[in-house]
Amino acid sequence: MIQFDGVGVAYGDRRVLSDVNLTLRDGDLTVVIGRTGTGKSTLLGTLCGLVPHHTGGTLTGAVRIAGRTTSRHRPSDLADVVGFVGQDPLAGFVTDRVEDEVAYGMEQLGVAPAAMRKRVEETLDLMGIAELRRRSLATLSGGQQQRVAIAAVLAAQPRVLVLDEPTSALDPTAAQDVFAAITALVHDVGLTVVLAEHRLERVMHAADTMLWLDGTGGVVAGDPADVLARADVVPPLAGLSGALGWDRVALSVREARRRVHRDRVAVRPPPPPAEAAADPRPVLLRARDVRVAYGGVTAVAGVALDLREGTVTALMGRNGSGKSSLLWALQSGRAGTGEVLVAARNPHGLSATEARRLVGLVPQTASDLLYLPTVAGELAQADRDAAAPQGTAAAVLADLGVEPDPAAHPRDLSEGQRLALVLAVQLAAGPRVILLDEPTRGLDYAAKEALAGILRRLADDGRAVLVATHDVEFAALATDDTVLLADGAVVASGPTRTVCTGSPAFSPQVAKVFAPVAVLTVAEVVAGLGRGESS
Amino acid sequence: MTLGTRTSDATAGAQPSTGSGGLRRTVHPWAWWGWALGVGGAASLTTNPLVLVLLVCAVLPVVAAKRGDEPWARSVRAYLWLAAIVLGVRVVFQILLGGRRDGTVLFALPELALPAWAAGIRLGGPVSAEALAATLYDGLRLATLLVAVGAANALANPRRALRSVPPALADLSLAVAVALTVAPQVVESAFRVRRARRLRGTTRTLQALVVPVLADAVDRSLALAASMDVRGYGRARAAAGAWPWLALAGSSAATLGLYGLLGLPASVPWAAPTLAAGVGAVVLALTASGRRRGTTRYRPDPWGVPEWWVAGAGLATMGLMVAVAATAAALVHPSTDPLVWPALDPSSWQGAALLLAIAAAASPLVSAPSNREPA
Repeated sequence: MIQFDGVGVAYGDRRVLSDVNLTLRDGDLTVVIGRTGTGKSTLLGTLCGLVPHHTGGTLTGAVRIAGRTTSRHRPSDLADVVGFVGQDPLAGFVTDRVEDEVAYGMEQLGVAPAAMRKRVEETLDLMGIAELRRRSLATLSGGQQQRVAIAAVLAAQPRVLVLDEPTSALDPTAAQDVFAAITALVHDVGLTVVLAEHRLERVMHAADTMLWLDGTGGVVAGDPADVLARADVVPPLAGLSGALGWDRVALSVREARRRVHRDRVAVRPPPPPAEAAADPRPVLLRARDVRVAYGGVTAVAGVALDLREGTVTALMGRNGSGKSSLLWALQSGRAGTGEVLVAARNPHGLSATEARRLVGLVPQTASDLLYLPTVAGELAQADRDAAAPQGTAAAVLADLGVEPDPAAHPRDLSEGQRLALVLAVQLAAGPRVILLDEPTRGLDYAAKEALAGILRRLADDGRAVLVATHDVEFAALATDDTVLLADGAVVASGPTRTVCTGSPAFSPQVAKVFAPVAVLTVAEVVAGLGRGESS
Repeated sequence: MTLGTRTSDATAGAQPSTGSGGLRRTVHPWAWWGWALGVGGAASLTTNPLVLVLLVCAVLPVVAAKRGDEPWARSVRAYLWLAAIVLGVRVVFQILLGGRRDGTVLFALPELALPAWAAGIRLGGPVSAEALAATLYDGLRLATLLVAVGAANALANPRRALRSVPPALADLSLAVAVALTVAPQVVESAFRVRRARRLRGTTRTLQALVVPVLADAVDRSLALAASMDVRGYGRARAAAGAWPWLALAGSSAATLGLYGLLGLPASVPWAAPTLAAGVGAVVLALTASGRRRGTTRYRPDPWGVPEWWVAGAGLATMGLMVAVAATAAALVHPSTDPLVWPALDPSSWQGAALLLAIAAAASPLVSAPSNREPA
């Protein structure tokens, strides 16, 4: 179906892929893994012709897909064979209504109106979006948008579907929706699917083949369990399998649970921390009855929150539950509705410069804060903005363990480096409360671990950190406490261990494997092994 | 796990919403434009205030009864305000700067003495009934035209109108459609960046706003271009040949013909055939070059009996007005000097034809189904 013959891709002097030879079978679900910047998107781009026709660069060798060589066919001439769905569905929509969007590809291919009508109906049903057909695309939720984007590509009846991180912007439930639709396509329709994904725990159990980009331009292909045993991309279950010395990487929670049961692996949870009732650490941010409404819609409905010095707190909840609104309200303070006190002052009414000395916020699109052509320029500007001595921001960045080339353009940095840069810019003002909105988007496991370390260090230096995130595994790794929002109200709050082992939707995989024993991470399992004797 | 259950859910739940059984018929957007342009064109041929007011009275109930629930359906109110403002401004300026001193003086404003270099401009002074009536009639004509265009805006879904352009113009309509989609996204990203700027407390303000918004817009455009490309936009098409030139020549002829028809009432004998030939050439060229594109259209808006009635109503209004304007100048342009009460006498055939034209303008009230879609 898909064949790579000595494929190499280079952008100028930078070689991204070199001498890739592999064959993907018809009807397989192939997952492409690799650290950030190893060329996952490039590999996917060669399949649909976007590389090199759209991105530039030079392609050597040949990618053949259903008998067509992608270097000789433009992407539009491959549209009836390959469908491509990107990260941000909204950015790829051409029309404004679900039904029109689904039909758009077929209109371009010149499908006869009668056949087109039938296929639109079939595709809407297949993706479970028939009831949305008349809706405007902008009003859909992220999961619905991504399903429409897939439907729009499927309607042209391609034989291969290529997806580049289709769920990176979605909450766990919406992501599961999208993956359910994709696996149904593989199993019921017989479609060949190739997808790249950072959060492997969501798809690895369904993969038939895994491609690992090792960072040197080479590709390792094979059975998921074999590839994961070697890869530098380590999802929790692979880490667990490695730590327990299993011969085969467990791909699903069920597999791991059975193995744990068979091997009688006994783990004891870490000892509970000192009684929380008399927590001596001072409260740095105290919020009571915070309400936010846009027009008639309530986004945050009376939230009370204490952030103590030295803690990292996770703010979780599905998309649209009010996480971002709450963070912005905490940063800018509230007048009238509820109160926010930071160091005995309400940030409301303070100037922007004073407010950011109290609370620093790294927004979801962190690059919104960057506007200068070099990293060094941004850091120098950050010192001026904060009226801090020269070199403060640069020192903070170095302290975070990230040292990008000062002459580099901020947009050329990796996601993790850019996030660290924005964090340094905000820390230069010296706030003791740091809020981060969805920082793990686009980060691989190693980068997430590095971020967890950074947040821990910030807390240990006497700050309070609040992270809004969808990523349960990250919350388990990085946070002490968790606050769960739904419909703008707090539905659960407490130590991450209690909150995240209480509900299956917000449980990390390791916790599911060892339930009811409350362990969250591989490190805790390893630490707990020595102590564990009970069953 | 929920994997694999999606398809069965979907097929079970999708049944009621498929098919078009429960949908009400909506009128083709270009039929509304045809009607509105016909009425507007008719209005531009007359200054008879009775006819103009009656035309507005014919158009407004049609809008009220047939418009949909979409945002643009409320735009007619804005056009009414615009029409009122245009009329008001013209009258005020006539009173302040009026040029004529003779005639029936209604009242006199104190006159401002201007220096010699401003000779020819007069501020204040006597205001005559004749000049005021002439201005009022002319302003009313413009206001009626605006109301007609506003009616088309409220009744015709702009996106559907764009979708219904001939395939040969699809690139043009695509550009407009993309702009309609992207504009709100750029506004949103500008809002987001402006809010983020406060977080940074930065001193360089313009650059901090413009650079991220532009970067965002460029990213979006590239993503959209890639998405369109992989979905088959611009697949191999046949060369256009000489058809674009025919379209250009045709539209020039049509413009000339229309100008003659509207601007020079005596030129009907040559203007009408020129307009017809030009429109014919454009239609021919667009059809021919559209066929070479190799694209098809999903659920095109049908052009059926209601569309003919609606567009025909506009055409009838226009046709009757042209006929009357060519034969009874006094009726379509009532005299303002000497000032006489404008007449609309149905006993002459011209008077009856004008009333018929107004009735035609109001006829979509009965002939057109409502634009409202069920929620």
